[in-house]
Amino acid sequence: MSVISFEVIYRGIFQKSLAVKISRTLILAAVKEGKPGISFGRYSDSPERNGIPAKQFGYIADNEEELETVAAQYEPKQVDISICVDDTLCKGVESWAWYGLQPINAVTKPGGTLIVTSNQKEDELVQHIHRRDTPYKLAIIPGEASFAGLWVYKDDGTDARCLAAALKAEPSMCSIASLESAIRENIGSETHIEAAREVYEDLRPVEIEPGQGNDEVPFTFELLKWHEMRQGVVIDGVGGHEGFRGGEGGYEPGRNPYFKKWSTRTMRPVVSFDKCTKCTLCWVACPDTCFDVTPDGFFDANMEACCGCGVCEAICPVKDCITMVNEVVFEERDSQWQMWQENKEDYDKYMDEKISVGKIEGRHPITGLGQAFSGIGIEMGHNPETAQVKSLQDLK
Amino acid sequence: MATATEQQQGAGVHLLTGSEVMAHVCRLADVDVITAYPIRPYDTVMQYVSKFIAEGDFDADYIPAESEHGQFEIVKHASACGARVFTGSSGVGWLYAMEPLAVTAGLRLPMVALVGCRALDDPGAFGTEHNDAMLVRDLGWMINFPDTAQEVVELGLLSYRVAEDPRVYLPCAIAMDGAFLTHSQATVRLPGQEEVNAFLPPYDRGDLLLHPDNPITIAPQANEDWLMEVRRQSSEAAKNAYTVLKEAHADFSKTFGVDTDPFLDEYMTEDADVVLCGMGTLSLPVKVAIREMRKEGKKVGMVRLKWFRPFPTEELRASLSRFKAVGVIDRDYSFGSPYHGGIVFNEVKAAMYGADKVPHMKGFVCGLGGREVLLEDVKLMADKVISMGQNDTADNDVDWIGVRD
Repeated sequence: MSVISFEVIYRGIFQKSLAVKISRTLILAAVKEGKPGISFGRYSDSPERNGIPAKQFGYIADNEEELETVAAQYEPKQVDISICVDDTLCKGVESWAWYGLQPINAVTKPGGTLIVTSNQKEDELVQHIHRRDTPYKLAIIPGEASFAGLWVYKDDGTDARCLAAALKAEPSMCSIASLESAIRENIGSETHIEAAREVYEDLRPVEIEPGQGNDEVPFTFELLKWHEMRQGVVIDGVGGHEGFRGGEGGYEPGRNPYFKKWSTRTMRPVVSFDKCTKCTLCWVACPDTCFDVTPDGFFDANMEACCGCGVCEAICPVKDCITMVNEVVFEERDSQWQMWQENKEDYDKYMDEKISVGKIEGRHPITGLGQAFSGIGIEMGHNPETAQVKSLQDLK
Repeated sequence: MATATEQQQGAGVHLLTGSEVMAHVCRLADVDVITAYPIRPYDTVMQYVSKFIAEGDFDADYIPAESEHGQFEIVKHASACGARVFTGSSGVGWLYAMEPLAVTAGLRLPMVALVGCRALDDPGAFGTEHNDAMLVRDLGWMINFPDTAQEVVELGLLSYRVAEDPRVYLPCAIAMDGAFLTHSQATVRLPGQEEVNAFLPPYDRGDLLLHPDNPITIAPQANEDWLMEVRRQSSEAAKNAYTVLKEAHADFSKTFGVDTDPFLDEYMTEDADVVLCGMGTLSLPVKVAIREMRKEGKKVGMVRLKWFRPFPTEELRASLSRFKAVGVIDRDYSFGSPYHGGIVFNEVKAAMYGADKVPHMKGFVCGLGGREVLLEDVKLMADKVISMGQNDTADNDVDWIGVRD
């Protein structure tokens, strides 16, 4: 080993403490063997917002000089291990730190490992992940996205399981004994250690060949030079316009053309146009102005603008008219209204199928999160950031 | 048996951010009054300080204020009443406190504040730039720029020691690069309480103490009959800060068994032809780039300023006179200044004027708004300085490095 680098990609706020705990505990495990490490979050993701993708990353080195050499570049350009704690991020990441869509495997080294917590199988998940020219490994830890954010910590063992998977991917980081000891000190019970052992035994990374996966070309954005930008920190306004998807009638509101929100959402509204009364409440209440007005006066959620907050579902007065559905069950970003126009029977079938497999049940009235995030154990005094490291000398 | 919390706070090696170390310094210095008002990146220290207090490991009055102006006024008054104080801010929040910032220095109150360095709005941005901290450089504030979480221990404790020395009685800003230092976790060795007690005597306001038993008036109206003499006193105090800091640093080195220079961090300068000069966390990419350039036979070194106030004029003249050429990297701007250089560049040039041997000097503006100073940026700057040294010609142009042009 010389230097091991890793990243933890997570949903801002909702999973912040989880990501910090994974990142810190990996470093603390290596420190036990006298290897220095550094752990930090990508600052430009902050101030974090609910659900916006964010990143923690870290380095483990053999000695201080090696660590300095890599840490001199704040954000790793390539990592040995990418850990993704919400599989909806596999569709690509649009963080606050850049413009455009970054594939989830963008900085995973050739031959490196992408670890994802997911209930999908490798062959299903890889359909979402952008293809690339170099091979990498995909390792799935079975389970849903864990909620461990600023206020609550769902103590479901995801932290310990991700750590075990990372060690399995890069066994030279430290011994399993050091990891277990770090888990014991920084995460807790023997149950966590058992969960970690289980993942360490069972994890079976799959080789992903070049060219395998989603063939979408990720959306990119060219940053302007200083003399090309307008003076005075002024940017052009974007007005709305008459018309709908290039046709006559309807109205499309003005939107930021550079922030597509393609992967911001974890769920999307599915609209039953047969039930819609055109009351306008969803259109008025949407904080992201995501609804286009169709020529016949319906409201069609535009998937370039929807953050997946669920306000429309909450405010809709008609039963089962708007249903929030898990984003992972969709490949397409087509207009639902157009699909409905083309063939109403087919659209209803499509809608029923998506709702039956992906409906977000029992959404929390305040956080808007579904049952996947329920059963949250509030761990009082949970303190991910003040873990003790004993003297390096003592540990040697 | 020690509790987990006690263990966490003991002397030894910890994985800590710069802000977290600052909170430990407050705890070790047994600060009496802390005021807070959130703004990134300074606000991280609030979390750590309040956690120590909530967990019963630190006894201090912690007052969330209604604004930065109130925040700095409260500790200013507490300091006049003999309390050891801590506060801080970032960017435009620090500017909103500008009135108490000026007054605190004028009243010679030894406030210690963390500036989590952040770009000034607009546009709203929170990456590091040094202009916020630098705005108090002419007012009597001392300012230091730690480059690692470990150095926060040294500069934090020295800040209290020097600020509270009766020969000085001036406020001190610890200017930490936002993100690179406030938010990055690195291994840090914390000192023990007994060593800190031996190094840092209690704050004694003496006969300037605002107390019913010591009837005094602070800051009555004073115009042309008095003000120039008041300023002359402050100038003397700022001069004293230099001597007191040297003394205090010698004591620090002895007490904590470390071997650092009080003012300058020199890296690979023994045989260097040219050096790059700057402040704060850019030392990391500069050092790493120097190591790589050394392999190519380029004799480059680094001279990092730890303190901008007091400015180590004599030390810097002695140091930089040894080199053929010097590049000064500013993580700040000073629009319309001589050659449109940054604040540090112009200050260094002023300090070098009239030295027996003056190197060629070139200014760079780099890493603004939190942009990373890349290894290739450092190498580009070093190459420009090397060629200036080799050709023995001056180059007054100040170059912007890492900007999209």
